[in-house]
Amino acid sequence: MYKELLRSIENIEIYPIISLVMFVLFFVGMFIWIFQVDKTYVDHMKNMPLNDEPQNENGHEKI
Amino acid sequence: MSETTLERFYYDNKIVKYFGAATVIWGLAGMLIGVLAATQLFLPEANLGNPYTTYGRIRPLHTNAVIFAFVGNAIFAGVYYSMPRLLKAPMWNKTLSWFHFWGWQAIIVSAVITLPLGLTSSKEYAELEWPIDIAIALVWVAFGANMIGTLIKRREKHMYVAIWFYLASFVTVAVLHIFNSLALPVSLFKSYSAYAGVQDALVQWWYGHNAVAFFLTTPFLGLMYYFLPKAANRPVYSYKLSIVHFWSLIFIYIWAGPHHLLYTALPEWAQVLGVAFSVMLIAPSWGGMVNGLLTLRGAWDKVRVDPVLKFMVVAVTAYGMATFEGPLLSLKNVNAIAHYTDWIVAHVHIGALGWNGFLTFSMLYWLWPRMWKTTLYSTKLANTHFWMGTMGILFYALPMYVAALTQSLMWMEFGDGGRLAYPNFLETVIQIVPMYMLRAFGGLIYLLGAIIMVYNMIKTAAKGSFQEEEADEAPALLKHVSTSGEFWHRAWERKPVFFTILATVAILIGGVVEIIPVMLVKSNVPTISSVQPYTPLELQGRDLYISHGCVGCHSQMIRPFRAETERYGEYSKAGEYVYDRPFLWGSKRTGPDLHRVGGKYPDSWHYQHMVDPRSMSPGSLMPPYPWLVVNTMSHSDLPAKIRTMQKFGVPYPEGYDEIAVNDLMIQANAIVANLKETGVEVAPDTEIVALIAYLQRLGTDIKKTAVTNP
Repeated sequence: MYKELLRSIENIEIYPIISLVMFVLFFVGMFIWIFQVDKTYVDHMKNMPLNDEPQNENGHEKI
Repeated sequence: MSETTLERFYYDNKIVKYFGAATVIWGLAGMLIGVLAATQLFLPEANLGNPYTTYGRIRPLHTNAVIFAFVGNAIFAGVYYSMPRLLKAPMWNKTLSWFHFWGWQAIIVSAVITLPLGLTSSKEYAELEWPIDIAIALVWVAFGANMIGTLIKRREKHMYVAIWFYLASFVTVAVLHIFNSLALPVSLFKSYSAYAGVQDALVQWWYGHNAVAFFLTTPFLGLMYYFLPKAANRPVYSYKLSIVHFWSLIFIYIWAGPHHLLYTALPEWAQVLGVAFSVMLIAPSWGGMVNGLLTLRGAWDKVRVDPVLKFMVVAVTAYGMATFEGPLLSLKNVNAIAHYTDWIVAHVHIGALGWNGFLTFSMLYWLWPRMWKTTLYSTKLANTHFWMGTMGILFYALPMYVAALTQSLMWMEFGDGGRLAYPNFLETVIQIVPMYMLRAFGGLIYLLGAIIMVYNMIKTAAKGSFQEEEADEAPALLKHVSTSGEFWHRAWERKPVFFTILATVAILIGGVVEIIPVMLVKSNVPTISSVQPYTPLELQGRDLYISHGCVGCHSQMIRPFRAETERYGEYSKAGEYVYDRPFLWGSKRTGPDLHRVGGKYPDSWHYQHMVDPRSMSPGSLMPPYPWLVVNTMSHSDLPAKIRTMQKFGVPYPEGYDEIAVNDLMIQANAIVANLKETGVEVAPDTEIVALIAYLQRLGTDIKKTAVTNP
């Protein structure tokens, strides 16, 4: 039943190609973004786990 | 930022404490059951002489306890600690948090009850029956809703990469769980899979592989990206790398499932896809490992003294080893040797003991002193635990590699006359018994180490005072004003719901491309006209086989190798499994393959062998099943089973559910008469009769063609 349903879609062969192109574009875009991204943003993100302690906490070196 | 805009809020440490405690309690239970199962493999007496503690039922209990109870609770503890702090907002809804906690524990308890009782779907890592599956879906949705609610209420504009991993894990596990658990119920605790044979196998390993990916790996990568920088007190080596790591990992992982089915009856194209994507996986995996290890650059002096960092270094290294080994095992030539052997068992334990276990331990050693506002009770004991754990992993894994290669080479060795050098499967098992003993020893040391940790945690808690809520302050999140020229990825990453949808699309594509064609294209499963549905008695016997977990040690899939066709008979064809709901191909041969066992031995051999395997095969490690000849079956569930099968299109004649029990009795009486000739008296309604009927049917349909259509 589903098979007929799929067959009835015109030019279904194009769909895998569209998805491939979408993913290639996504990854290319991601790499472009990675290489030009703002350094302050990266530093902000990087330090998130370190800056999340409440103010009353006295440092991490407790062991 | 001005003081007046600061909002005050509280982090909930109590839920973290509860999930942490559940982690260690279930962890110890899961490891203990693992040691028991490992012992049963060289000492059949350790099966304790009853069905409930016999290996076939203990093994799924062990895997479920470790994966969903130990690792699951550890994930939740880590998420409930890190997420509110990263987003500067408490978890969205406390009631939902506690529903999540108690719901998850109730599911674990129901697994502890149902699995030893033999109530199982037999699909690996998805054994629980349908009512529990529904409960899992509900609790999982509560967890996801709580996360997304927190994201919406957050005070921090951007989502740290750890949260991306949590979200992707949530959506993917939800999708996997729902599709793999689709089944039609027969009764409250029995259902038949919505898929049959090859299709069931593909869906199962799409699920099974991604359960490893999105339950054991991605959430733990999130934990690594949060707790490793915290413990090392320095930011992650490369945040950019972590972004590449995230997207490439979730996109590629979802495709790799078919590598569990190489050389089986799965269509070739699906196997090739699985191999290709598995090999590609090494890139993001190692990117992540390198990112973790390099975070410690300049801090290696700390690794020497801080047990938290020691555990983390071994965990990340184990992740690197397991993700190198994975693609290696996916190559068809390596897989030909490794599949069905202890190599796979070693591989998963590098992941479970090294990556999941050690990262969990490090997280708990880090969390406990902080939540109790004190210092760790004993660094010395933590170091002892570290070395016991490390030795445990080595004693576990190394003997398993030796056992795997020894056994695999023995299976494939041909003598001078062109015959199998070791035609008796048992010879290849007895050879590796010492390795099984060493493995159990390794598991035992690992367990003892974990017990030391629990002692240390209890002492640490006793020393400090638990801070149930931690106050923090942050300014409210201002409505974002879009600035032109801002890049799309950064904008997306600020929109959590959209981001979640995007991650879902990334993982769905792989599943859709692989699974839908196998479901739809008829030529993927060539039909064989002589393959007929199981008779009622065989169906009952098959359900007994499922309930006793026979699939844990016996495969039903002969690969097209000469060494296998010589040993077992004609290789397995996809069309032979069209009535198998669920499929029972298995993934480990502790005993021989059973796909062509039908007609190989007389009924009386099976009878004696089930009562005492060693009477027929001296030295056998198979546990005895004497209760099968005493326990009777009422067969009252048979009509419902037949009707369920008919709904799936299994061609039983109309109204057959009414008369099936008559056919069942005719076949049972024939087997009883057959056994009587050899001096064995047994009632026709005993379990053994049904099981013999099933075993004698296995793999025989294809032989009928050979006789009738020469």
